[in-house]
Amino acid sequence: MRNIDDKPAAELDSVSKRYGTVAALDGIDLSVHRGELLALLGPNGAGKSTAIALCLGLSEPDCGEARLFGESPHALGSRRRTGVMLQSAGMPDTLKVRELLAQTRSYYADPRSTAECVALAGLGGLMERRYGRLSGGQQRRVQFALAICGRPHLLFLDEPTTGLDVEARASLWQVIRRMIDEGCAVVLTTHYLEEAEALADRVAVLARGRIVAQGSVGQIRSRVSQRRVRCTSSLDLATIGKWPEVRSVCRDGDRIEIVTDAAETVVRQLLFEDSALDDLEVQRAGLAEALIEIAREAA
Amino acid sequence: MNVVALVPAQVSLPRCYALEGKHEFLRLLRAPAFVLPTLLFPPMFYVLFAVLFGNKGGGFHANVYLLATYGVFGVMSPGLFGFGVTVASDRERGWLTLKRAQPMPPGAYLVSKLAMAMLFAGIIFSIMGVLATTLGGVRLPVSSWALLLSVDVVGVLPFCAIGLFIGTCVSAQAAPAIANLIYLPMSFLAGLWMPLSVMPAFIAKIAPLWPAYHLARLALGAVDAVPIDAVLPHVLALAATTGVFLALARRQLARG
Repeated sequence: MRNIDDKPAAELDSVSKRYGTVAALDGIDLSVHRGELLALLGPNGAGKSTAIALCLGLSEPDCGEARLFGESPHALGSRRRTGVMLQSAGMPDTLKVRELLAQTRSYYADPRSTAECVALAGLGGLMERRYGRLSGGQQRRVQFALAICGRPHLLFLDEPTTGLDVEARASLWQVIRRMIDEGCAVVLTTHYLEEAEALADRVAVLARGRIVAQGSVGQIRSRVSQRRVRCTSSLDLATIGKWPEVRSVCRDGDRIEIVTDAAETVVRQLLFEDSALDDLEVQRAGLAEALIEIAREAA
Repeated sequence: MNVVALVPAQVSLPRCYALEGKHEFLRLLRAPAFVLPTLLFPPMFYVLFAVLFGNKGGGFHANVYLLATYGVFGVMSPGLFGFGVTVASDRERGWLTLKRAQPMPPGAYLVSKLAMAMLFAGIIFSIMGVLATTLGGVRLPVSSWALLLSVDVVGVLPFCAIGLFIGTCVSAQAAPAIANLIYLPMSFLAGLWMPLSVMPAFIAKIAPLWPAYHLARLALGAVDAVPIDAVLPHVLALAATTGVFLALARRQLARG
């Protein structure tokens, strides 16, 4: 997909931004190309929303440069190729969904049809309702519809699935995947790590205004060598705890859970010592463990 | 497969502005807390004080005088409240930020609110005009009506600027209260409810401090209720008010 547009869809080039004495972003480089999804992860206050605000021209970097499609974010032309869903966007309560959608569609040269927006965002039956009378999840879906109604080539999604039920989240993921396949670039921030695992081509982990890790989900996960071994066994916890490869061991119901850097050695030993061992399961560290580890290293 | 359009379709700016303005109007029209006081109070007061208890003795014609001043009282409201409350709420709830991030044509936000305020001013003028001619027995030449209409509609500008400034400063919770704190005392002190001539001298003396006073002078001049003094100082005072509060609001927005 890179050949569609060799310039990055969105780019932060050595950008720093301070709020008072706090460095919200401290010299970061980020770029996202068409056809890929970049997930920005990190704890609250790490600088994710600031990064998005700078990309969109909502605030100005103290130094460095933000670009959309190689242009200033203030250029209307580049923003017309961009769709946005912010973390909080309380729309006027007295306007109807139909009106909100019509208004945002008018900003774009070649918007999706209203029917298509309704289908993609799951707004069936909501069009004549006033925004203030919708549930939180329904309001979120309206915001998503506004983000995608202009057929954007670049989509910013700041915590898009907060407040959505499982089904709505799954259908939203499906739409996002389809848009990526069609060549859209997506910048996603999320607290749901399974969301990043399910969607992201690339992950950038922010901590206190800096990028502390960047790569594919697999690469980020593999930064943590630990694995988790679970099994049902009659072996004594204290015995296992003495094995040199074992970092920690605990009992979880009738199962034993071992954290180790050398799962293969531990498993061999377990099977050797207990022939009645059952329910063996080896699990790689998830994104969550990786993030905790990265945050610890960065601190 | 999505291909970058080589001949980009055009965004229709008039359509953007029209929808933006229409929705701004609908949004307020559906808010009873705004519409009821804005559209009911000035006519109600007019009927009460000009028609039922109207004093037509001496040289003072309450029906004509109050047509002008309650009209001014009416058109202050869409500016102070329509701007003040909606801007504060849009700011607080993130709607303004989203609109700035969306490819909304620059200016559409303010222009639509301005159009909304002027439309409400026109509606208030019409209601007052109908009441004045039917119940109040006011007879004016067409030129006076036209002049009063333009004073009312253009006169919303300084109050829009003040409202905008309020909206950029305070929370959505506080905005209606602050707007009322400006609206009601200023209306009284500027002689919109009763002529300055029947009020204590010092109130008449400080009246030129209030933009509502200057607009009222122009409105009264339009209907010949008072001899027309110089028009220009009043216009300049209103223009200066508009400019100052716009600049203050701009500075406030740039900060936030």
